[in-house]
Amino acid sequence: MEDLTAGAAPPASGIDPGRIELYRLMARLRAFEKRAYDLFLQNLVKGTSHLGLGQEAIAAAYGVAMRADDYTFCTYRGHDHTLARGVPMAPVMAELLGREGGLMGGKGGSMHLTSVAHGMMGSYAIVGAHLPIAAGAAWSAQVRGSGQVAVCFFGDGATNIGAFHEALNLAAVWRLPVVFVCENNLYMEYTPIEAVTAVKHPAADRASAYGLESILVDGNDADAMLDVARSTIGRARDGEGPSLVEAVTYRHGGHSRADPAKYRPESEVQEWFARDPVLLYRTALEAAGAPTELFTAIEADADREVDEATEIATASPRPSVSIIDRDVWSDGGSAWRN
Amino acid sequence: MAELTYRQAVAEGIAQEMERDPLVFLLGEDVADAGGAFKATVGLLERFGPERVRDTPISEEAIVGAAMGAAMTGLRPIAEIMFSDFLATCWDLIANQIAKTRYMTNGQISLPLVIRTANGAGSRFGAQHSQSLESWAMAVPGLKVVAPATPADAKGLLAGAIREPDPVIVFEHKSLYASKGEVPEGEHVEELGRALVRRAGEDVTIVALAAMVPRALDAAERLREEGVDAEVIDVRSLVPLDMSTIASSVAKTSRMFTVEENPRLCGWGAEIASIVAEGLFDDLDGPIVRITTPHVPLPAADELEDATVPSVERIVRAVLAAIG
Repeated sequence: MEDLTAGAAPPASGIDPGRIELYRLMARLRAFEKRAYDLFLQNLVKGTSHLGLGQEAIAAAYGVAMRADDYTFCTYRGHDHTLARGVPMAPVMAELLGREGGLMGGKGGSMHLTSVAHGMMGSYAIVGAHLPIAAGAAWSAQVRGSGQVAVCFFGDGATNIGAFHEALNLAAVWRLPVVFVCENNLYMEYTPIEAVTAVKHPAADRASAYGLESILVDGNDADAMLDVARSTIGRARDGEGPSLVEAVTYRHGGHSRADPAKYRPESEVQEWFARDPVLLYRTALEAAGAPTELFTAIEADADREVDEATEIATASPRPSVSIIDRDVWSDGGSAWRN
Repeated sequence: MAELTYRQAVAEGIAQEMERDPLVFLLGEDVADAGGAFKATVGLLERFGPERVRDTPISEEAIVGAAMGAAMTGLRPIAEIMFSDFLATCWDLIANQIAKTRYMTNGQISLPLVIRTANGAGSRFGAQHSQSLESWAMAVPGLKVVAPATPADAKGLLAGAIREPDPVIVFEHKSLYASKGEVPEGEHVEELGRALVRRAGEDVTIVALAAMVPRALDAAERLREEGVDAEVIDVRSLVPLDMSTIASSVAKTSRMFTVEENPRLCGWGAEIASIVAEGLFDDLDGPIVRITTPHVPLPAADELEDATVPSVERIVRAVLAAIG
């Protein structure tokens, strides 16, 4: 992982450098997603896209707490989780734009960001599918004795799909080193999660069904998220088995680019915008003595990084159609007959 | 050579590969203590221990998903799905995830995994435990598909599948588990993508798979009595598909029949027929004839099931009717 504390900003005396590192990462994610949104509006990003604006603290806290060789599994709303593992912005942006320089050469798109070299084992676009896959990676780590941990992010909607139950049960029975993180943003696509779920807290209230502790955390409180991330990863690494975390948060925009999110009451939206995790964390760090110039510098760094990534991505050529029949198989080709 | 049953040969194939490679693991429902619902994994728990031979809950998505996660992080798992019909409960993991991940990630992720499953009719289990579903798997880019017809292939093709760097679905046939045959002793590995001429003949080509291979061979003996010399090809591997062996035969005999246990629409034989029609039209002396299960779910009762799946009698009649 790159050194996220590096940059032009002066150090803030008396504050845990880990907290500054976390803020810097959140600011970078925020800047990236805002730019991604601008590029959608310019119709430079094709297909669909699901932004993590408003949910940055969760991906960032785990990104800071994970070991370089740990595994991330996330959803189609995975730009933040990908960047949080240290994947550079330019290839991520180029993938959104469908360019040759994209993270997957333009074959995957926004919903399938993957960078194995960074432990980013995939963004999965069928709700819930990656929970058992993450359990499998944890099983592999367990039997290889590697000490690696798998962290699997999913939305509140995934708690109502069968793969959630199958994966949680298997992980608990086999005591796998996996952390399941439910990002409860209160809406499964366009429907309030509470309208379609038998319990109030879709993940936390179900933890006991797998013999797990019920963990409910404010997903917009970066310090609280960092504590939970460190403790759940630590448990997994120490052989104490899986955890199921429910982090309550809110997306600033709609489910996807096609969704203006008109179904959410304005008062609720305003309430959550006032609890913007980036804003909250900046306020907390300022109260702890971090100077204003620090944030100015961090934000300027983030903006510059996004500008550079956008420039590289937009300059990247369109993919050659010669790659269409490549990499179906390990031999690099796609032949199915002689 | 040793004479083994098909189910013993499956266990031997797994054992051979687990012995060779410590990264090979087996997981599935009842595969460890019980030795498998079809007794095809007997003795493996005792030999390799509970770490490598794992019973799972009845959670097909977890079984196949865990195999995928393990395969992308260094293991070479073998997942058993007890009946191929249950593939429908984990088809997302197979068709959307396993098949597409290498491609979508631009080659970043390899999935050296095997899904073994008991396929096909003959046990009077009814419509949800008797299907022949190899054509489902064949239709998804990114999956390799084999279906052994003999004990030797049950071992050799399975071993070959385990050594493949790509995901392979091995369709074992329920009605063949008790069949016996010669299996090479010592290491035995078959390369995927090679069909075999099981019986040489000059007059017609009969292309068959899995449990339809012995039926086609029996039919060929009956046809001999009628003065028809049939060549029988065991396809063995649907993906990759050995069209050159089939094409050579059709070029020689000028007539082709497929014998498919799957229901009529979109069966594997339709693809082969289409390739032959496109590429060998001038070699053919008459229409290609597909002999399949009719397009119905499989019924359970003895007489009903027997009359649904292609029989030796039906193959003989179809060939004789076609060649007049």
